[in-house]
Amino acid sequence: MVRKIFRSPVMLIMPSILAIGFVIIIPLIFSFYTSFTSYKLTRPDSLFNFVGLRNYERLIDNAKFWYAFGRTILFLAVVLNLELLFGLGIALLINKITWGQRTLRTIMMFPMMFSPILVGFQWKYIFNDNIGLLNNFLYLFGYESAIPWLIDKYLAMGSIMVAEIWANTSIFAILLLAGLLGIPRDPIEAARVDGCNSWQVFKNITLPFLMPFVFIALTIRSLDVGRAYDIVHIMTGGGPAMRTELLWTMIARIGYKDANMGFANAMSYVSIILSIAFTYYFFTKLVAARRDLGQQ
Amino acid sequence: MKQIKKIGFWFLVLFLLILICLPGIWIFVSAFRPNPEILAKPANWIPDRWTLHQFTQMFSINGYVSVPAFKYLMNSVIISSVSTVIAITIGMMGGYAFARFNFKGKNKIFLSLMLARAVPGISLSLPLFILFAKVGIINTSFGVILVYVAMNVPFTIWLTDGFFRQIPKEMSEVARTDGCTRFQAFWNVELPLAGPGIGAAAIFAFLLSWNEYALASILTRTVHSKTLPIGMMDYLDEFTINWAGMCAIAVVMIIPALILTFIVQKHLVSGLTFGGVKG
Repeated sequence: MVRKIFRSPVMLIMPSILAIGFVIIIPLIFSFYTSFTSYKLTRPDSLFNFVGLRNYERLIDNAKFWYAFGRTILFLAVVLNLELLFGLGIALLINKITWGQRTLRTIMMFPMMFSPILVGFQWKYIFNDNIGLLNNFLYLFGYESAIPWLIDKYLAMGSIMVAEIWANTSIFAILLLAGLLGIPRDPIEAARVDGCNSWQVFKNITLPFLMPFVFIALTIRSLDVGRAYDIVHIMTGGGPAMRTELLWTMIARIGYKDANMGFANAMSYVSIILSIAFTYYFFTKLVAARRDLGQQ
Repeated sequence: MKQIKKIGFWFLVLFLLILICLPGIWIFVSAFRPNPEILAKPANWIPDRWTLHQFTQMFSINGYVSVPAFKYLMNSVIISSVSTVIAITIGMMGGYAFARFNFKGKNKIFLSLMLARAVPGISLSLPLFILFAKVGIINTSFGVILVYVAMNVPFTIWLTDGFFRQIPKEMSEVARTDGCTRFQAFWNVELPLAGPGIGAAAIFAFLLSWNEYALASILTRTVHSKTLPIGMMDYLDEFTINWAGMCAIAVVMIIPALILTFIVQKHLVSGLTFGGVKG
């Protein structure tokens, strides 16, 4: 039996495909169907009440949805770019250290392993207007009025972004550092002999070599962007006055609190397409960057 | 000038370390302080009194239970370990197939597996909630394990594919010309060589299940199946938070994760990058 399985790749992959089929594909087909019904959790028979595209039409007309959508895109754009930038900076910094580099690398990995819900709670605690570490710290310097980090409509989003960046910068830093450590010395030395300055070396040799690593990090990261839900959920719950509402928290609110599953499913399809598009884009970039590197 | 540059450099490194470590350390310290001290205004920077109060309450040493953390811990351990073992077994077979065989649509299948993993938890939870309720496996460990297996498989494939590629094909070929079957060659030659990498993949899968919130918060309802991240929310009331209690349960959650990360760190990076670069 085992022998037969190991002779054919199809048999080897089958269990993976079955698991994913049962838990991800079939439920998604089901939710695709419900997005065309007026299904409400409180009225089970509404599952067969077919309404065509009405949920999607409602979505297009819904200003709150578009705000949440725009906010999600903005959130991802800011957070991913800063993470990449900080991660690159940290990797370059640690790459310069010769003594204690390994220890530093290990310490750097820790935020990566914090549960998003834990990251959210941790920063909720730090940003608390009354007892938070940050306000208490400012108090030391005579800044006595408590800043409402998570309650103010502008500061709340920024606070959440800080938490998200803290949690995920290390993925970029670790992977880019691995890339930096793997760069061959010869071309860099040759370039220096030819009179390149540090910036030229970085731009023309280091960066192209790092690109596959950048895309590995972005691909891995794009798999988990939805986990920002946990952080927002615990830090603000989408408040104040929906100023931090992202697609994911909106789905949870409409699906479970309002019990409006059909509408929530229509919305969740938008979020699924968004995530898949992100991953697909970075993955194809990764394949391309890999090919370029192979040709050189 | 060079001296100043050097001092500035180390200052930056120190600043970075504080930024990375301080939030965690603050949680850790708060877990052992009584609530009134945490709430003091102006802040009480150096803890006067240390206490295990939150931990003894959680683990009901005096017979009084605030939050049944021990039950949550057990649920977390069981759900995470079982789902990891299954996901690694299945994923390893897949990874081996991608590393050693050429077949039609290989890259497409690989990509679709990864894309399946990209579906956000909260979006997936809507249909799973309805389906699991219909099948009758909502609020059971079995249901959660099933979900985590599927979530962990794609990433395990990515990692193990990379590790199997690192092993020269010839080793398995030699074993097979000596009369081993493909499975024997896999079991006796390739698996031991890829062992540390597969261990890393296992720890990664374990941590993903250990830390997951969005799906578990919907699929688990009672103490019967709630995991630690969901149990943590017990400390969060509508208007008040038991800060010390929440910090304590956070410590219970983070310690196993940190230890596992420490064991795995070396292999994890090589697995991710090798699978990516030489693919």
